[in-house]
Amino acid sequence: MKRSLVMLAVAFAAVAAIPRAHAQDAETEKAIEKYRAMLREDPWSNPGYLDADRGEALWTTRAGPKNASFEQCDLGKGPGKVDGAFAELPRYFADADRVMDLETRLLWCRETLQGLSAADYVKRPHPAGGQPVKEIGAIATYVASKSSGQKFAARLDRPQEQDAVALGETLFYRRSGPFDFACATCHAQSGLRIRLQGLPYLAEKKEASKVIGEWPAYRVSNTHVMTMQHRLLDCYWQMRMPELQMGSDASVALIAFLTKQAEDGEIAVPGLKR
Amino acid sequence: MRITIAILALSFAAMPAPAQKKVDPARADTAIKAAFPTAPADWASRLTGDETMQQCSASHNNPAKDVAAAIQKREQGTIVYPPDNNFMGDWQKGERLAQSGYGLRFTDYPPRQANGGNCYACHQLTKNEVSYGTLGPSLSEYGKLRDFKPEAVKAAYEKLYNSHMAFPCSTMPRFGANKILTIEQIKDAVALLMSPESPVNTGK
Ligand code: HEC
Repeated sequence: MKRSLVMLAVAFAAVAAIPRAHAQDAETEKAIEKYRAMLREDPWSNPGYLDADRGEALWTTRAGPKNASFEQCDLGKGPGKVDGAFAELPRYFADADRVMDLETRLLWCRETLQGLSAADYVKRPHPAGGQPVKEIGAIATYVASKSSGQKFAARLDRPQEQDAVALGETLFYRRSGPFDFACATCHAQSGLRIRLQGLPYLAEKKEASKVIGEWPAYRVSNTHVMTMQHRLLDCYWQMRMPELQMGSDASVALIAFLTKQAEDGEIAVPGLKR
Repeated sequence: MRITIAILALSFAAMPAPAQKKVDPARADTAIKAAFPTAPADWASRLTGDETMQQCSASHNNPAKDVAAAIQKREQGTIVYPPDNNFMGDWQKGERLAQSGYGLRFTDYPPRQANGGNCYACHQLTKNEVSYGTLGPSLSEYGKLRDFKPEAVKAAYEKLYNSHMAFPCSTMPRFGANKILTIEQIKDAVALLMSPESPVNTGK
């Protein structure tokens, strides 16, 4: 089983090692179609499961100056409780006195439990194209996959959480950068596309609840798992903004808003994306 | 008819007014500043957006009448015209810049080529290019539909330079005012739209 997964991943790496170029969009679409057909036959053939497995191993591996694992990490349901934890994130954590999404919480656990610097990690938190998702991303894939089949059930009703959702909504409509873009420029209408890439209508609950629960997702055009924090960085890149810092309040606020938009949506991690 | 559609589409983002609880603009500025710690000093203006963008963001691109009028006036004032009042350049160069999305991303430094306009990301233009986006209206036969009139040539230049003069809170980038494209490049894009020889109008 594990073996065939690896082979699949390798086979698809060849198809999907395609540059961003728009002219290749059609080919990427074809590659995705192939993937989807395979996933219908065998849902476990999504290469993202390799990273979920790697994440599960990392969760129990001792590391850092404190020689500790993630097993005492409290994702909101108590230390070490992973099942269903992602479905209730983002949330306010009293110990850190801030709202955190899954990746930000993992970053915090890594620092407090293992003694590894979050500031260092966020200097290069995301993989280059073709490189596997990094440590926190792999663990996030594992943790989120343990909520698959459940519905988003983040409360988002504590004052700090309401604040985060409101800030996220404001940022979603905030136009800036040399192109004057906001998230809403590309994600506030249904059925539109950039070149041939479809743009999900995230300002509306119906479409948001279909796609937000699919992250982290295996991204065919980059042949790796991409996390939600990485996705947002990439959208800001298109907006000609600087590099979004992983775990920043703005990033958490946007994820809180998107999760609110997707409430009652089903979680299906790892997803599969273009 | 076509023109009304274009107007509608350019100013489309007329969305319901914000329903969320009010967020202090200073709070959003602080969060954004903290979220982009690697921004070079000369990128500071990218983080906030100018007065026009602040007004468009606050109203979800649906500004009240008086605000819209103020935006139009302010943005009209940014437009710099070619000294010889010749608005048309070379449509072939225009086609190249319409295809190119290069420029101003953090991976584009130091610059390796001229910025593109990336028109095809949002608009249909020539028949041959089937990979076009639909965020903006189709610009197929743009000049032909306007009888290649000199006023339409000038208006196209103005829309590319700063679309908010015609459509306050338009979604289109202010290619001239924000220095994305040079005056010469904007003229080339105008030629792509308005020249009778351009494939946008010949259909070839
Ligand atoms: C210039 C257009 C553009 C802007 C502006 C933009 N995005 Fe995106 N976004 C895209 C595209 C294109 C995709 C799909 C990419 C793909 O298909 O590979 C996407 C995908 C996404 C997704 C994943 C949706 C899915 O299908 O699962 C999310 C979430 C998202 N964007 C959020 C945002 C947020 C939040 C912002 C503002 C910070 C933003 N985007 C700004 C173009 C944009």
